[in-house]
Amino acid sequence: MLLELRSISKSFMSRSGGMVQAVDDVSLAIAEGESCAIVGESGCGKTTLARIAMGLVSPDRGRVLFEGRPVWGDKIRECYFRRKARMVFQDPFASLDPRYSVKATLDEALYLEGRIPLAQRQERMRVTLASVGFSPDILSRYPHEFSGGERQRIAISRALMTDPKLLILDEAVSSLDVVIQKEVLDCLAGLQESRGLTYMFITHNLKAARRITRKITVMKSGKIVE
Amino acid sequence: MKAIFFRNRFAVMALWLLGVLYGCALFADFLAPYSYKDEARGFSYCPPTAVHWIENGRLRAPFVYGTKLMFDEFRRRVYAEDRSSIYPLEFFGARVLGVAAPGRMYVLGADSRGRDILSRILYGARISLTIGLIGVAISFALGLIVGGIAGYYGGRIDNILMRMCEVLMMAPGFYLLLALRAAVPDNFNSVQVYFSIVIILSVIGWAGLARVVRGMCLSLRERDYVLAARTFGLSDLQIIVRHILPHTVAYSIAAVMLSIPGYILGESALSLIGLGIQDPYASWGNMLSDAMSIVRIQFAPWILWPAFFIFLSVVCFNVIGDALRDALDPLLKRETFEGRG
Repeated sequence: MLLELRSISKSFMSRSGGMVQAVDDVSLAIAEGESCAIVGESGCGKTTLARIAMGLVSPDRGRVLFEGRPVWGDKIRECYFRRKARMVFQDPFASLDPRYSVKATLDEALYLEGRIPLAQRQERMRVTLASVGFSPDILSRYPHEFSGGERQRIAISRALMTDPKLLILDEAVSSLDVVIQKEVLDCLAGLQESRGLTYMFITHNLKAARRITRKITVMKSGKIVE
Repeated sequence: MKAIFFRNRFAVMALWLLGVLYGCALFADFLAPYSYKDEARGFSYCPPTAVHWIENGRLRAPFVYGTKLMFDEFRRRVYAEDRSSIYPLEFFGARVLGVAAPGRMYVLGADSRGRDILSRILYGARISLTIGLIGVAISFALGLIVGGIAGYYGGRIDNILMRMCEVLMMAPGFYLLLALRAAVPDNFNSVQVYFSIVIILSVIGWAGLARVVRGMCLSLRERDYVLAARTFGLSDLQIIVRHILPHTVAYSIAAVMLSIPGYILGESALSLIGLGIQDPYASWGNMLSDAMSIVRIQFAPWILWPAFFIFLSVVCFNVIGDALRDALDPLLKRETFEGRG
């Protein structure tokens, strides 16, 4: 299995002081090349689950395994996981730092790759931008110069910079209008085919989920129900 | 942002005025007619000297008459022009303006020891105007670091750091200033005193900025680009420095600009009561300590000139700070663009 989430639970303190169970004993396994969509209504714990998988939120219980081995606790495994599993966020207007040019944005994604010669970096940027339908001319431009769909494609190209195996797409098309949604979904489907990527596709849009994968998991109130 | 700032004419004027003041401070050695410690006890509280162009009905190069010290019926000092001695003005010698010795020219009058007030104001500007900038630079750095750490980590670290800020903020500023100054040894030389005052003012000033920065960081840390940077493996420090603090800088600069007058006034207050910069070194605050008696002010009102310069610089910084805040206000920006159609 490429990614395994074993008995993950997470609760948060609510404003009224009580505990809210965001994720309740969820187990999930995604095989390499076999994408999985997680659908469910707002607040059902999809995003929390994705963030736990990426180490952005620590679970109360449970383990995250990548290629059969635990991810967290071992620095080398963590580094490997961070390079091979990448996340694309919901809001394309918030996921790119407005002060960073496209070049700086893509360059930062290579942080864990260590020192890479400039020519090699530029070649990687050119290749990843081309894979999402951009020319290298946009490298010097800033996020505000792009539309929502274009920004999301830049965010995807940023995620592709380290040649990952797994992409966690957290409502990556939800905030886009229908035409742009199609454009991004086509782009994702193309990448899946050309790069053999595995997706953990989080959405509340069943139709969009079906464009990416046939394997659909439904979450409700922090549990997997289907 | 630039366009909105430069449309504010008062702010542009204030910027120019401050530029002139800082320029004067920088070139005080050349611009001031005398050194800040050049005393002439015989000219104590000498009024501003009149410059003449006409002698016996004939036009000539500008000159001043000598000054005669006399006493009136109440034994008060009175200065009168001694028309028998003429001292021509000298331009662009060692200093931009001077007068042939033994004559003396006081553009803004003299203080109790016969020192030229204009010269001391120019030299004093070096201390009074830089103390604000250096102090603010230190508290800006402290505020950004503490606020950034508190806002980014939240929880217990935030609690500890913010309670620390509140302890500093709840003590009345002036008494805290006095208490901290009391902790500085008496035998410090003027440079040490200068830096200890800068540090004292910074220690008091950073807490307010830290609280504001912390509030901004609390919301910024949840932005997706910050989360993305975390998934790329960047360290917390790198995230704070690269993705969080740069977004607070615009607001912080406006806040800092508005806080500079506080430093100038703080130094003036300390020097006024004799705890700041010591004579013979000049600062606008310690020059004003001469003006603590109403009788002296009545007798020699020109000793209040330093107060005018404190007022001028404080107003300039406030106007620039306000204009910066307006320029950075997104609501105002939107109105501006809508107004342009």
